[in-house]
Amino acid sequence: MGQTLLQKVWDHHAVRKLPSGQTQLFVGLHLIHEVTSPQAFDMLRARGGKVAFPERTFATVDHIVPTLDQRRPFLDVLAEEMMTAIEKNCREFGIPLYGLDSADQGIVHVIGPELGLTQPGMTIACGDSHTSTHGAFGAIAFGIGTSHVRDVLASQCLAMDPLKVRRITVNGALRPGVYAKDVILEIIRRLGVKGGAGYAYEYGGEAIDRMTMDERMTICNMSIEGAARAGYVNPDKTTFAYVEGRTFAPKGDAFSRARSWWASLASDADAVYDEVVLLDGNAIEPTVTWGINPGQSVGISENLPSPDDMPDADKSSVAEALEFMSFRSGMPIAGTKIDVAFIGSCTNSRLSDLREAARIVKGQRVAPHVKALAVPGSQSVRRAAEQEGLDKVFMQAGFEWRGAGCSMCLGMNPDQLQGRQICASSSNRNFKGRQGSPTGRTLLMSPAMVAAAAIAGEVVDVRRIIQREEVHA
Amino acid sequence: MAADTSRYVEKIAGRGLPLRGQDIDTDRILPARYLKCVTFEDLETHVFEDDRQQLEARGAIHPFSNPAYQGAKVLIVNRNFGCGSSREHAPQGIQRWGVSAVLGESFSEIFFGNSLALGMPCLTLSAEDIERLMQAVEANPRAELAVDLSSQRVDVDGKRYRATLPEGARDALMNGSWDATGLLLDRFDEVRKVAASLPYVQGF
Repeated sequence: MGQTLLQKVWDHHAVRKLPSGQTQLFVGLHLIHEVTSPQAFDMLRARGGKVAFPERTFATVDHIVPTLDQRRPFLDVLAEEMMTAIEKNCREFGIPLYGLDSADQGIVHVIGPELGLTQPGMTIACGDSHTSTHGAFGAIAFGIGTSHVRDVLASQCLAMDPLKVRRITVNGALRPGVYAKDVILEIIRRLGVKGGAGYAYEYGGEAIDRMTMDERMTICNMSIEGAARAGYVNPDKTTFAYVEGRTFAPKGDAFSRARSWWASLASDADAVYDEVVLLDGNAIEPTVTWGINPGQSVGISENLPSPDDMPDADKSSVAEALEFMSFRSGMPIAGTKIDVAFIGSCTNSRLSDLREAARIVKGQRVAPHVKALAVPGSQSVRRAAEQEGLDKVFMQAGFEWRGAGCSMCLGMNPDQLQGRQICASSSNRNFKGRQGSPTGRTLLMSPAMVAAAAIAGEVVDVRRIIQREEVHA
Repeated sequence: MAADTSRYVEKIAGRGLPLRGQDIDTDRILPARYLKCVTFEDLETHVFEDDRQQLEARGAIHPFSNPAYQGAKVLIVNRNFGCGSSREHAPQGIQRWGVSAVLGESFSEIFFGNSLALGMPCLTLSAEDIERLMQAVEANPRAELAVDLSSQRVDVDGKRYRATLPEGARDALMNGSWDATGLLLDRFDEVRKVAASLPYVQGF
């Protein structure tokens, strides 16, 4: 009987069965950042421990980094204190740090793949729930809390319960104007924000096979929003081509050997899944969230639901969301006026995201009432975008072009919503207060949809703009 | 290694704190701006801060602000509690506020694991029993709940409810091994052996 990638990678990394029945799992790559690590280092220090595998541990700074004025010391003394702490901890324990002075600094889930640290067949842990991003490479990658960061620092291991595997097959081809972001929003809407509990999601099928690594990362990134702690795509030619030549990728003959090993880890054709879900990629349309969790979304041509249409268990959530958003049941999402447009975050801040958004805003002007930010995910994305002149396209359209970091995805740096502002956002969470203002409102969508909303000043169907482009071309 | 009995978590007795709502995420439990810290100290003062203030502004009161529930030890929640961000700050804040056990319809895996690593059990009950427990505590906030991990039950007002948690987590709590560092370092030669067997660790 065939095995899934999850089973194969799990078996390669299993150290032993613990008395509790859990598996002690070796962590091949430990990524750390400034927010969830300082307490872990303090706990380690208090116990007189050391970092077991500093050479398998890499650090960067992203959450608290200001994207406008990055001079040290930061104006925010708390942020400065966190920066100082990670610098000191990395020095003391011999961990490489891609800090603001490094040309490779950026969002941890953007730079891991860029540097070739993220490779197929690894187990990857990081004190951040969006670690699932790295599953795009056929790695088993998941977020952990600070006490677990301490455990991984001390032992390079975690105590884990086994995961089931749900295969999600997306058939067909995506239509123009429909992106990976729309696919994952549709998956979460379909399976629910708690549907993935206990599962890893394996994404496959024609639509996923055709996707670039950037797109696969967008899909895997939001696995956790559907409660799947890990999500992955089986490694293939697209994966190998992406990894080859990167700083930490194996070179020459070692790369050939690596490629054979990686290929052998893909799920077998006769692998048995705990569950299989089929989606038709052709039927997915640009998708926008209207509520306070990423499962509360509609297609751009749809209207908002009513609590009355919902099963009993969901009625109160829908009512709560409508009230928080000040939206009415039955209203269309298209035409919703926005105040802020944010292109960035570990979900959608890679070069291809910026290219797609730039294509929409080129030669246009951001609506006068909209504040628009384009925030590259890493310094290296920023450089590549500038080489192509994307910075100028954004700035000429009235976007602010910023330095690399998590920015407005979460309220931990100066980029925050004010009051009741509504933000069209390419990020991953629309939770109450997520973007820094306790009463701020977030509409999640693809970067192209954010770009279109920035120009129109309201939520619009990006397909109309793309069609117009094609007519003129 | 001698057993540290002070770490044994088996019975928790105390008053309840019912917190209604589905899919309550960790951004709500602990807003991100309070993650700007290098220790976990004082996090309890910011638990549900935004939700509390928003209710107060409308003349309502959040359970965590309600004087009737001050000193409660057993938090009672609905479905998918603690979803979203992996921030351990969320269970840290709840525990530092005074909570020693959480009863719910379901929990996010990361929240569950983070709570376990702090020795704070999250037990699962049926939606009907959660509703009954919430009503019982709302009717009598002084009612004492007795949570027992070994028999997997909760007793209150002479009524008994089934409250489960996976065997591994239950054992870890009951034998004090929920802080896993020691256990994971116990047979470190085996860890080295696995590392040595991995092609990527060996440079292919």
